[in-house]
Amino acid sequence: MAPIPGSGLAKGLAVTLRTMTKKSVTEQYPDVQPDLPPRTRGVIGLFEENCTVCMLCARECPDWCIYIDSHKETIPAATPGGRERSRNVLDRFAIDFALCMYCGICIEVCPFDALFWSPEFEYAETDIHELTHERDKLREWMWTVPAPPALDPGAEEPKELAAARKTAEKLAATQAAQTTPASQAAQTAPAAPTAPTAPTAPTAPTAPVEQPEPPADRADARPGPTEPPADRADTRPGPTEPPAGRTDAKPGPNPEPESGSNPESESGPNPESGPNPGHGPTASEGGAS
Amino acid sequence: MNDALDVALRLLIVFVVFLTFPLIVGQTEHKVMAHMQGRLGPMYAGGFHGWAQLVADGVKFAQKEDVVPAGADRRVFQLAPAVALLPYLLVLVAIPIGPDEGAVGQVLDAGIFFVLAVMGVGVLGSLMAGWASANKFSLLGGLRTAAQLLAYELPMLLAAASVAMAAGTVSLPGIVDAFEWWWLPWQIIGAIVFFVAGLAELQRPPFDMPVADSEIIFGAYTEYTGLRFALFLLAEYAGIIVLCGLTTVLFLGGWHGPWGADGLGWVWTLLKSAVLAFIVIWLRVTYPRLREDQLQKLSWTLLVPLSLAQIALTGIVKVVIQ
Repeated sequence: MAPIPGSGLAKGLAVTLRTMTKKSVTEQYPDVQPDLPPRTRGVIGLFEENCTVCMLCARECPDWCIYIDSHKETIPAATPGGRERSRNVLDRFAIDFALCMYCGICIEVCPFDALFWSPEFEYAETDIHELTHERDKLREWMWTVPAPPALDPGAEEPKELAAARKTAEKLAATQAAQTTPASQAAQTAPAAPTAPTAPTAPTAPTAPVEQPEPPADRADARPGPTEPPADRADTRPGPTEPPAGRTDAKPGPNPEPESGSNPESESGPNPESGPNPGHGPTASEGGAS
Repeated sequence: MNDALDVALRLLIVFVVFLTFPLIVGQTEHKVMAHMQGRLGPMYAGGFHGWAQLVADGVKFAQKEDVVPAGADRRVFQLAPAVALLPYLLVLVAIPIGPDEGAVGQVLDAGIFFVLAVMGVGVLGSLMAGWASANKFSLLGGLRTAAQLLAYELPMLLAAASVAMAAGTVSLPGIVDAFEWWWLPWQIIGAIVFFVAGLAELQRPPFDMPVADSEIIFGAYTEYTGLRFALFLLAEYAGIIVLCGLTTVLFLGGWHGPWGADGLGWVWTLLKSAVLAFIVIWLRVTYPRLREDQLQKLSWTLLVPLSLAQIALTGIVKVVIQ
């Protein structure tokens, strides 16, 4: 059936009239802040407490817009007769946002979760040189990083959670075995000496031997993702002990350099990660233990 | 003395209407067009929803330099905006908005003749501008304007003639006085033809081929800046007022309405005109520009036959009811 002549014209009029009665889509930006999704790529924030000056971000950056300066500091041996440790201290961390193309590779590549996307976007400058933002400014932007959106209801369990839960379960099993009657204790006894160390801090026993310092940090950051595990540990029966178990498990020299190496950064991140629960994985180890 | 004062007062009122109503239509166009496109339109000027946007525009236009191209025909170039604008002011004098003596600037016995003749002069302004600018785009625009005037003046006149036949008078208040409600269906074809032809004569979208900014910059107005350019724009919006007022008076019964006949007739006239002005804006937002050949075809193959048919219908009915 052929359309009625002029029906197209009427349709056109209807479209415009209908649009007029609908709410307009204009964002009144300077008056009303835009409602940005949490993963918006506005600016890159630096969580400098997590930075180990590994330079991976600077090296991976496709347009070389990250500037990092650092120096080495030597930390006296913790125990008499022990070996001195050295570590990198961050002097300068700057991102030239005039060069940055917002690819996010630095954020992806950071092994210590020191870089984050923030939806903050109002940092225009009148001089292009002022777009090179230094660490204090980058650190300030961390406050604007929102919590990551929750996983989908049916989503796979995050790897960090799975690993931590496995550890906790193992530990719980061991402890349960220890508390059970002697006959069963006899069975688990051979395994007991290794178990407490291995599951809690897998790198700890080996790492300190060759490279004392960075592994200490790494041990901080890696199992770090244990804030969620900490939650889990609460829900699980035994694993309230894992932190305790860890400190127990690490033989003498290890804990001390760790706690002594960067006391501020270890206590620092935790209150700061408080307001941004999303950073849990980054700075959480102290909080968990 | 009293007569002089009376005339002065009437002219003053017409002048004020001439200056304010186009701005109101213009502001309405800003807002309606914006919302029809899912936008908000001006929001800042004047504070409340940008009500003073056109005032701000006027200030801006007034500040601009008035440039006359070196090769232009200086006199004609400078005179053109006035020629484009003044006819609409003159037409406004003759449009009655209410039944009594005081509601029209000047009662003219040959109202329709006067109105249509003077409105035709308005197009001369565009022709002069196009010819005098020494610019090929202006010239093209001017020629298109001329072609459009030729094509659409005829159906417009024929449609108006149909109403004059029906009323038996060419006086505008006389036509409205003779109006009965059933004229509406009787003259509906003529009304549509008149309105569409009027739109084309005003060069309003979708009949804005003469100024088609995507192909000939801004047609005859390409070389104009500042206040003279603003006058051309004002002429367009004054033209909308005149066209809507005329359509109301000729085809929609002017001050006749379902109620409020005594004293409030002018409200009906204004209301009907406002609705028509909204339709003018609505059409502009909705339809794309007609190509030059489509524009001519629409007039010669559709509007002219329709208006002739309307005249025939008017004549037949007129004979039958007598």
